[in-house]
Amino acid sequence: MSAQRESARSYWRENLRIITTYMVIWFAVSYGCGILFVDELDQIQFFGFPLGFWFAQQGSIYVFIGLIWAYVFSMNRLDEKYDVHE
Amino acid sequence: MSLDLLTYIFIGGSFALYIGIAIWARAGSTKEFYVAGGGVPPVANGMATAADWMSAASFISLAGIVSFIGRDGAAYLMGWTGGYVLLAMLLAPYLRKFGKFTVPDFVGDRYYSNTARTIAVICTIVISFTYVAGQMRGVGIVFSRYLHVEIETGVVVGMIIVFFYAVLGGMKGITYTQVAQYCVLILAFMVPAIFLSMQVTGHFLPQAGLGATLDSGKSVLTTLNELSVELGFAEYTQGNKTTIDMFFMTAALMCGTAGLPHVIVRFFTVPRVKDARVSAGWALIFIAILYTTVPAVAGFGRVNLIETINGSDNTGVEYSQMPSWFKNWEQSGLIAWHDKNGDGKVYYSAGAAFDGDKPQYAEDGARGEQGERLTLNPSANPSEVYVDRDIMVLANPEIANLPDWVIALVAAGAVAAALSTAAGLLLVISTSISHDLMKKTINPNISDKQELTYARLAAIVAIIIAGYFGINPPGFVAQVVALAFGLAASSVFPVIIMGIFSTRMNTQGAVAGMVVGLVSTIAYIVYFKFMGGTADQWWFGISPEGFGTVGMMLNFAVAMLVSSMTPAPPEEIQHIIEDIRIPRGAAEAQVH
Repeated sequence: MSAQRESARSYWRENLRIITTYMVIWFAVSYGCGILFVDELDQIQFFGFPLGFWFAQQGSIYVFIGLIWAYVFSMNRLDEKYDVHE
Repeated sequence: MSLDLLTYIFIGGSFALYIGIAIWARAGSTKEFYVAGGGVPPVANGMATAADWMSAASFISLAGIVSFIGRDGAAYLMGWTGGYVLLAMLLAPYLRKFGKFTVPDFVGDRYYSNTARTIAVICTIVISFTYVAGQMRGVGIVFSRYLHVEIETGVVVGMIIVFFYAVLGGMKGITYTQVAQYCVLILAFMVPAIFLSMQVTGHFLPQAGLGATLDSGKSVLTTLNELSVELGFAEYTQGNKTTIDMFFMTAALMCGTAGLPHVIVRFFTVPRVKDARVSAGWALIFIAILYTTVPAVAGFGRVNLIETINGSDNTGVEYSQMPSWFKNWEQSGLIAWHDKNGDGKVYYSAGAAFDGDKPQYAEDGARGEQGERLTLNPSANPSEVYVDRDIMVLANPEIANLPDWVIALVAAGAVAAALSTAAGLLLVISTSISHDLMKKTINPNISDKQELTYARLAAIVAIIIAGYFGINPPGFVAQVVALAFGLAASSVFPVIIMGIFSTRMNTQGAVAGMVVGLVSTIAYIVYFKFMGGTADQWWFGISPEGFGTVGMMLNFAVAMLVSSMTPAPPEEIQHIIEDIRIPRGAAEAQVH
């Protein structure tokens, strides 16, 4: 029982680490590139867009999709590793 | 074939499809009614979630908002998509593992308290009603403009259709109609967007077209910036809102999205925990197809609009030369012109053309010399034209001279967007009443069959109330949307997050947190939206739309403080939390 519990704890810790990593990226592209540093990034041109404007209105959305799918694959691997998959 | 006939065929055809699906997917048990039996494949659930989420506001209003406020529109674009990242990582998988029917179910069981449950029920009902009134109104507007019937008739037809598949099919019927509605609405949004992009830039993909270079040798965005500045607006790619307000507003919309009960409940319908994550991924892809196209539609639409109204030399065009869409929308009250300088030319520039922003039309449809609808409240600004933001998507195909079938398709798409969201919301309302109030709080002894009857009755009542608000809209529909997101962000979202990620959080903490979050957010929004508070009184420059974020922070802070001073939750609650963190065993947990 306690071994199983220990395993569940460490599964949860790894999950939290994955979540934290992805949330940092989530924050950086949306609040960072799209809001806080948008004017600085606007100095750079990107396929006809000012880069900050592109992040604010398009780029961050593409990164969001990437993040969810990356989380799906990371968690599928983690579930297998700890043998908690369905 | 005439436009009217085409519109009847497109809308009628889509209705026949929805009703057909509703009959095929009738619900027999409460589980089918509430969560479609828990057996919806993730891709289908992703599509249904996308249709559920993308309301009349996303379809009709969003491009118009972005078009008129430029870069600041990003708060909506990022806010309404970024919330799905939160859903996928922080909420959906664990709530699916928990395996009940509703959000109040989770709150009530996790915090072992009927008080907490009741607060969650109230939040759910208020949020959902706020939202649903706008959907019914959207249906009414489309009907009145395209089918030339009264808005009231449009609303009643919409009510009958929703009644049919929401009451008969419950979640099962709604899910599969939403899949069909997603297909209709995305086609209706993308076809004109692609036409527009080809026409303006020669690019097939609108997302790339917005960055393209025009024949003049300048890019679309540069052209838009120059046009805007020439007419006295700020540059299109520059923001007007303060950084702190953008920050708080985006956060409130993101956390609000993740806390909306009708979105969360969609993740209860998939078979496994894994599928909850996957279907959030699909949902965001399906949503992003529309959301990444919106900035392009907004940009092209604005260039087209300015060029049509002001002419290529930007000095105005005679009213008699205005295309028929201009006069049609003037008839519907969404466009108005007042010839301030008496030159007979229509001219559009910065600043509100009418005092108090919206035009007041003269009685009895009185007409001026040129045949325009007379208006009573011209402002001192040089701009002569009022253009309602909502027509951007609906009128775009006409502004760009696209074929009639595209216009008819857009009408069917707008109705699909409104109906799919309305149905999802109505289901949440009826579930809250029959399941969370009747079964869980008032009378736990009712049978499955009785509960289903209550659910259907509640759905009927909810549809009638929603329809009433659609016909007699409270003058504050736009304001209350801020309220819906603010409430979701400041109450539902934090209480669920703490329920999953903190084993120490107890009833006292959760209830205190929800109450503080709710009260502070409602007070701030009511003061600034309804009691005439002005922008210079905003705390730290945070608008009412962004205050949900502050309410959420207060909720977290108060909840943690109070729970640290009160006893830890009982041991069986610790077991529940440990259990929802592990995916295995979700199937058994469904037994209710």
